[in-house]
Amino acid sequence: MSKISRRRFVEGTGAGLVATTVPLQGQTAKAAAAVPHTTVKLTVNGTVHRLDVEDRWTLAEVLRDHLGLTGSKIGCDRGECGACTVLLDGKNVYSCSQLAVWADGRTVQTVEGLAQNGKLDPLQEAFIEHDGPQCGFCTSGQLMSAKALLNHNPHPTTDEVRAGMTGNICRCGNYNHYVESVLAAAATLAADSRRKA
Amino acid sequence: MNVAGKSVPHESARGHVTGEALYTDDLVTRFPGILHAWPVLAPHTHAMVTRLDAAPALEEPGVFTVLTAADVPGEGDCGPNRRDEPLFPKEVMFHQQAVAWVLGETLEAARLGAARVRVDYEPLPALLTIEEAIAAESYHVGPVHLARGDASAIESSALRFEGELAIGGQEHFYLETMASIAWLDESGGVAIESSTQHPTEVQEIVARVLGVARHQVMVECLRMGGAFGGKEVQSNAYAAVAALGAWKTRRPVRVRLTRALDMALTGKRHPFLARYSAGFAADGRIEGVRIALYSDGGWNLDLSEPVLWRALFHADNAYYLPAAELTGYVCRTHKTSQTAFRGFGGPQGMLTIEEILDQAARRLGLPPELVRERNFYRGGDTTHYGQIVKDAGRIETIWQQLKQSSGFDQRRAEIQRFNTGHAHHKRGLAITPVKFGISFTATFFNQGAALVLIYRDGSVQVSHGGTEMGQGLHTKMQQIAAESLGLALEAVRIMPTRTDKVPNTSATAASASADLNGAAVLDACTQLKERLAPVAASLLECAVHEVRFGGELVCCDHGSVPFRQVCEAAYRQRVALFAQGYYRTPEIYFDQQTGRGQPFYYFAYGAAVSEVEVDGFTGGYRLLRTDILQDAGDSVSPVVDRGQIEGGFIQGVGWLTLEELVWDAQGRLATSGASTYKLPSWSEVPDVFQVSFLEGATERGGIFGSKAVGEPPLMLAISVREALRDAVAAFGAGGVVTFASPATPERVFFAVRRAVAEREALASPAGGAARR
Repeated sequence: MSKISRRRFVEGTGAGLVATTVPLQGQTAKAAAAVPHTTVKLTVNGTVHRLDVEDRWTLAEVLRDHLGLTGSKIGCDRGECGACTVLLDGKNVYSCSQLAVWADGRTVQTVEGLAQNGKLDPLQEAFIEHDGPQCGFCTSGQLMSAKALLNHNPHPTTDEVRAGMTGNICRCGNYNHYVESVLAAAATLAADSRRKA
Repeated sequence: MNVAGKSVPHESARGHVTGEALYTDDLVTRFPGILHAWPVLAPHTHAMVTRLDAAPALEEPGVFTVLTAADVPGEGDCGPNRRDEPLFPKEVMFHQQAVAWVLGETLEAARLGAARVRVDYEPLPALLTIEEAIAAESYHVGPVHLARGDASAIESSALRFEGELAIGGQEHFYLETMASIAWLDESGGVAIESSTQHPTEVQEIVARVLGVARHQVMVECLRMGGAFGGKEVQSNAYAAVAALGAWKTRRPVRVRLTRALDMALTGKRHPFLARYSAGFAADGRIEGVRIALYSDGGWNLDLSEPVLWRALFHADNAYYLPAAELTGYVCRTHKTSQTAFRGFGGPQGMLTIEEILDQAARRLGLPPELVRERNFYRGGDTTHYGQIVKDAGRIETIWQQLKQSSGFDQRRAEIQRFNTGHAHHKRGLAITPVKFGISFTATFFNQGAALVLIYRDGSVQVSHGGTEMGQGLHTKMQQIAAESLGLALEAVRIMPTRTDKVPNTSATAASASADLNGAAVLDACTQLKERLAPVAASLLECAVHEVRFGGELVCCDHGSVPFRQVCEAAYRQRVALFAQGYYRTPEIYFDQQTGRGQPFYYFAYGAAVSEVEVDGFTGGYRLLRTDILQDAGDSVSPVVDRGQIEGGFIQGVGWLTLEELVWDAQGRLATSGASTYKLPSWSEVPDVFQVSFLEGATERGGIFGSKAVGEPPLMLAISVREALRDAVAAFGAGGVVTFASPATPERVFFAVRRAVAEREALASPAGGAARR
């Protein structure tokens, strides 16, 4: 875990606001220095990044605005919809509700990291095959929750898929297609591992 | 058919699953120096702005400027129909209305700046409910009338009753909130990337606000992360703010609403109040209805007038109304401006007649499904606005097929047994039909256009007038072009929707976009084939009429050449390899004065059977099973259409059972996020969910025999509301069951209490109420 506690974060943000600083490119170093910031090491999709992040930045902000990984979407800004879901050390989290400093020294996987050497993950293949995405905006979050689910439960039942994906809203209402997709991917993975065994 | 009619993946599926499919706000980092916008929000529900001082905001570090009415070079009004939507209002008309916009180097700077804009208000009294608006006669529109026969027939009917139904609104909650990016192009015009269903209207409104001709404005929509009607006109204002900001600052400007802002600022599905009286014969046939529909339009007109008309057109659902007197009003209240939402008034009209039919059945002691069936339109019948109900027989066909396939009668008996054996849990079953009119009711919107470009290597680009919001329109357009030209899907690329490719388009709405734009794409491809055929005939040494396109080849009886070779040869023979396609829906018209015409090209039909189980202790319920049979014609894209049917149904279930908008006594929206506004999720999907298409349902005149499918399935969810009513009735003594919509567990709980009290009162000679 990071050295930044919730208390220190809240106090730091408050101090920053009182000092009226919004540190940005093109502004004075003095202003930027007034906002607490920390150098962190993030391993994102296998690549190690050393980044100087403001303590108040969310992981979603860092991914989207600073690393150009816009596959994770912002749907509700506050941990209610799941569109920003990524894996943090293999566990699905809402990246809008995680501070980037909390991810210091940890590994992050986003939707951009699912395909390996241009080959889609079986989950991605299944999502295409079973028409998972309609508008596509929740899809990356659904994929990452499904990935986390299959990581710890490779043979889920329909009910386990539904339970495991709870917290990811699909406003297009395509839940059944997502369930079918995850079950199909699980079957593919099981067949693959049988072949390898 | 090689490509059309097949289940193919969504056109953007690979982009969706890799994260490469871009949405408007994903482009922000591509614009160095972009400014971020944040609104100054009025803390009153109704007030006059007496003073606005932006100067303190400019002292905030990182604030670049503040946009106010003084910055508008053209006309500061975004109203699509009436000029009643000021971009910078002097009179605040709903809580948190934006009165100015701050542009900052960061979103946070803009936000801090907005908090420092000094605004003085003079608060005024507000109208917050439909009832208050009626009392004050505060209407945007109305009364409007639609009638047939003599509704005074009701007075001599065997069964007469009257009542009232309050129907809640619905938040779109498209997962991608409103977003626009505007910048000045290299020749001084304005370019806008907008999440909108209607790029042409964004172009029109931006041109109006900037006071420039429309050719100075280019609008592009890559795709939307959902829209559902919410981005039909309501994107305009946010695009206008971005464009005005770019115009003033000469820098790119981004507007992206947070979820809380989106819910506070944007319009929703119209809440309705229905007041009705009805007369029935003893066998359950409708003899007459009088229905007054009052919609809550919110602060400005928006699309409320056509929404109201569609409600009046659909107050028959699938039933013949021999005498009908329908009246409609759009109430003006101090709320967000309610707007288009999948179904567009149709659902509220249909819910009203279904309410009436169920009540009639219970009062007459007949099964509701029997009363529904007895009132179906039959072949040759006309609607209450004088349109012949084309293919009316399909209502009955679908009904009987679905009753059979869902085991309806047998399950009725099983449920009866279950209910007899369980005092505190009751199951309910219902079947309801849908008849939904397809076409924009404003006839001139019913046109589509496309631009098809063939390159010398045989690859094809298609631009068309519609936008992609997840409904699979681009997928269908790709299939239609590939089918027509005899190519593989991959040979056809659908281009982002842009106003400089296809001008003067209609909104992607009314379920009609595949029909309109698909026919236009087909028209363009047909022209191109006509031009390519002589070229191919000379290569193949055959007659022109023998030439066929298929399998990426151009063939005749004795040979074939690759499509790409024909394209290269055509180019060298100086044959133009691009074409514009155009389509306008024939035969439709409507006269509002007489209330007569043929506003719809055809009707989409369907029916659903739903079974629920209600817990009498809590009012909580579970959707056990839903069976759907939908008439989608000969589907162009069955997998896309199945998604539309399932998703539309689930969204309808949300509207009718979960999603409750709550405004407090001050007119503040209390349900401002997914934590307080309950959306359908994994546990609301029926345990058993079976969706089928009506077979042999070719739609003459539809594109490749297909039918529209975007909106109609939403109203299949009425079966869930009626099943809940059936379950609640099982707690009681067979009397009428009423509850407002949505049928939240809370409302169901109190309905169960009323039913139980009624049964106890009947059971006890002393009277149940006295005993307690």
